[in-house]
Amino acid sequence: MSKVIIAGIGQTPVNEQWDVSLRELGLQAIEAAMQDAGGLRPTALYVGNMLAGTLSRQAHLGALLADFAGLIGIEAATIEAAGASAAMALRVGMLAVASGQVDAALVLGVEKLSDQVPAQVESALAMGSDTDYEAEQGLTLTAQAAMIAQRYMHEYKVPEYGLAGFPLTAHANGAHNPNAMFRKAVKPETYAKAGMVSAPLNMFDVAPNADGAAALLLTRADLLPSGFPHPLVEIAGSSAVTDTLALHDRPDPLTFNAARLSVERACAQAGILPKDVDLFELFDAFSIYSALSLEAAGFSPKGEGWKWAQDGAISLTGELPISTLGGLKARGFPGGATGAYQAVEAVLQLRGQAGGAQVKNAKTALVQSLGGPASTAVTHVLRITG
Amino acid sequence: MDIPRHWRLKKQRYALVGEVCEHCDAKLFPPRDICPECGEEAKTLFQFSGKGEVYSYTAVYEAPEGYAEQAPYTLAMVKLDEGPLITAQLTDLGAQKPAIGMPVEMVTRLLRSATDERGMLIYGYKFRPAVAQVA
Amino acid sequence: MTENDHDHEHARLLKTEHPVGIVGYGAYVPRYRLPAREVARIWTNGTGGLPIEEKSVPGLDEDVATMSIEAARNALARAQINPSDLRAVWVGSESHPYAVKPTSTIVAEAIGAVPSTQAADWEFACKAGTEAMVAAMGFVGSQMARYALAIGMDTAQGRPGDALEYTAGAGGAAFIIGPGDDSLAEIESSYSFVTDTPDFWRRQYAIYPEHGQRFTGEPAYFKHITSAGEAMFEATNTKPEDYAYAVFHQPNTKFPQRAGQMLGFKPEQIATGLLVPRIGNTYSGAAIIGLTAILDVAKPGERIMMVSFGSGAGSDAMVLRVTDKIAGKPQLATTTEEYIARRTEIDYAEYVRMRGKLTMK
Repeated sequence: MSKVIIAGIGQTPVNEQWDVSLRELGLQAIEAAMQDAGGLRPTALYVGNMLAGTLSRQAHLGALLADFAGLIGIEAATIEAAGASAAMALRVGMLAVASGQVDAALVLGVEKLSDQVPAQVESALAMGSDTDYEAEQGLTLTAQAAMIAQRYMHEYKVPEYGLAGFPLTAHANGAHNPNAMFRKAVKPETYAKAGMVSAPLNMFDVAPNADGAAALLLTRADLLPSGFPHPLVEIAGSSAVTDTLALHDRPDPLTFNAARLSVERACAQAGILPKDVDLFELFDAFSIYSALSLEAAGFSPKGEGWKWAQDGAISLTGELPISTLGGLKARGFPGGATGAYQAVEAVLQLRGQAGGAQVKNAKTALVQSLGGPASTAVTHVLRITG
Repeated sequence: MDIPRHWRLKKQRYALVGEVCEHCDAKLFPPRDICPECGEEAKTLFQFSGKGEVYSYTAVYEAPEGYAEQAPYTLAMVKLDEGPLITAQLTDLGAQKPAIGMPVEMVTRLLRSATDERGMLIYGYKFRPAVAQVA
Repeated sequence: MTENDHDHEHARLLKTEHPVGIVGYGAYVPRYRLPAREVARIWTNGTGGLPIEEKSVPGLDEDVATMSIEAARNALARAQINPSDLRAVWVGSESHPYAVKPTSTIVAEAIGAVPSTQAADWEFACKAGTEAMVAAMGFVGSQMARYALAIGMDTAQGRPGDALEYTAGAGGAAFIIGPGDDSLAEIESSYSFVTDTPDFWRRQYAIYPEHGQRFTGEPAYFKHITSAGEAMFEATNTKPEDYAYAVFHQPNTKFPQRAGQMLGFKPEQIATGLLVPRIGNTYSGAAIIGLTAILDVAKPGERIMMVSFGSGAGSDAMVLRVTDKIAGKPQLATTTEEYIARRTEIDYAEYVRMRGKLTMK
């Protein structure tokens, strides 16, 4: 199987883009990715999106965006896996290119959350949980994460601000990302004074909902345009795994089992161990997710993931940099588009284009997106290739 | 209005009627027809006692659509005595603080705000501190 | 009185062909309490007398359906019968959640009584609950059915500032009526006294009821309660001292005390069932939740007289005799006093929010 190369990347700023529509957001990212790839034209478009049907009253995004981007005639479809939608679209694009059926696959993550009021957005995001048995009880994803955190802190005796290091690191890193929603480091005392959203989560423990689009153009190495200007980044490993949709149906709600399996499988495919990676773009929609994702990936024993946040080990110069361009917390959370941002940011790191957030000598990156509390986990290993 | 969707679930919602696996005796809620414990078919109805304890909880201030009039409310995961863990609101807390391990019992309550004068009323299970614990 | 006269008196009684009684009972009172002084603080600057101490207030997620479900579950726990053996689920209330669509089907579904059952909602102001009980007596006493469930439950409405706002509470009770031999209290007879008396009403689409103020007393409440009670004494050839307990509809603390006095009962006979000072007027539930408090403590052989009152107007009087089967029954479910003890005080602002008196549109 020939190597699948990420030939082009593009992204829009993540924030509330009142004057930009869903299709315009998508177009900006597509144009940027095509330009970055040296003019390579896609033959297929896979759109990662979760909520356009509900929040933008628009289904059929494949046809819409192929049309609007001047790509009429190519195959196009939407891939949906809640927060992991765009990561799953990346996997589908990778499979399509690797199979030889598609020469150049454009993967677009796009989400417009600001067209509806917050209560409607919360309801829509909760559709990614079990509607009949979770959302109908008044559950939001934030409340669910708060319950995970409450139990986790209780069982493992985590001190009051034990998870604070995750958002503080993300905000410090986001300061270097021109596309991030928040570009300012946060002081520990500011975190300590922040208003509670759903105890024990305060506003810094919850990623902000926002609009955004990011795109990646995939092709095989032999199809790259001549004079391709960037270091080559390949998708060395890819795995998508499901767990119970409802958190309460798991034998242990404090374990992200799908995240564990997908890391193991993606790393095995890449022929590496998780400890071999230079950075980990994890899915920090909530601070507690960071701790559980680190445990799932095998970086900590169960119940000790929070300890990574204590002493700078996850900073840009630490042992395992995470959320290097701000993560979901500081870059912002554009719903189903998030996985595309995570992959784009990992590519920037591997190419050495991450600016002030650059992780030195980054050769291999682990990228993981979650749908809900890892009801879906999609993990990719990206690395520099010759 | 999702009438059929709610109507289908009434037995489960009003009274915590789940299933029991005839093969391994696992009690299932929500009902799921295939036993997650042994993989066999599980379609026999089972009436849960409604007794359990709080596994975890939180307060919801930013409520989703349809729940705003009851906010802030307490959401919990409740470990039923028969085994399953379920997501449900805690109610009738009064001035009591919820706590992990708190004994609770099922009550049937309005799940959503009843302030829409035209809409249908959705009833379902919630949990409250066991009355004996209060008095 | 000649023998003929006595037969005539006796013929006015509603007596079943076969003995019937209560085989299970259950109460429900919501957790929240609004002190009457809070209403006075807002509307009279704290001056004037208070008709009760405090009233029960339902939570934001409670209504007559949810409250009836809980009382019915308590009644089933005490009756220890299979809910599918109920042939009627009847809910009396003046605060049914739907204007059109039965509360009773929701209750029947929740307790597992569907589908082979009657289900209907009853309405007769505050005597809708005893109305359902009398109907259940007929159902069981004619042997059309072995068991019938009758509920009286209300989340009563009172216009802000109105005299009713001090007292309009929430609560009620459920009774499973069954064969006399299985009963924890046999219902020996009942008698109903009804006239057209417009002392209190709520028109279609109105949120709050209107009432005739002092007119609700003598010609309405007292006339009907005492007429029903006296007729019952006469027809059953009994006197106040034959009863261990008496319980009446209780719109405030004074009315039932005075009605008891007028009928010749002593304060200690009415004390156990007089719950209105602590939970307010529970309308369709008021007399019958008093009965549950009595059953929680009554001894075999004791007689109870209950007289309800519903505006509009009418009274149902019942004579009950507690049997040996009462032993151990109260402990099978939450007792009425346990519900009353489960108490969280709220202020007027919380009350206004909980009762939906804040306009959100």
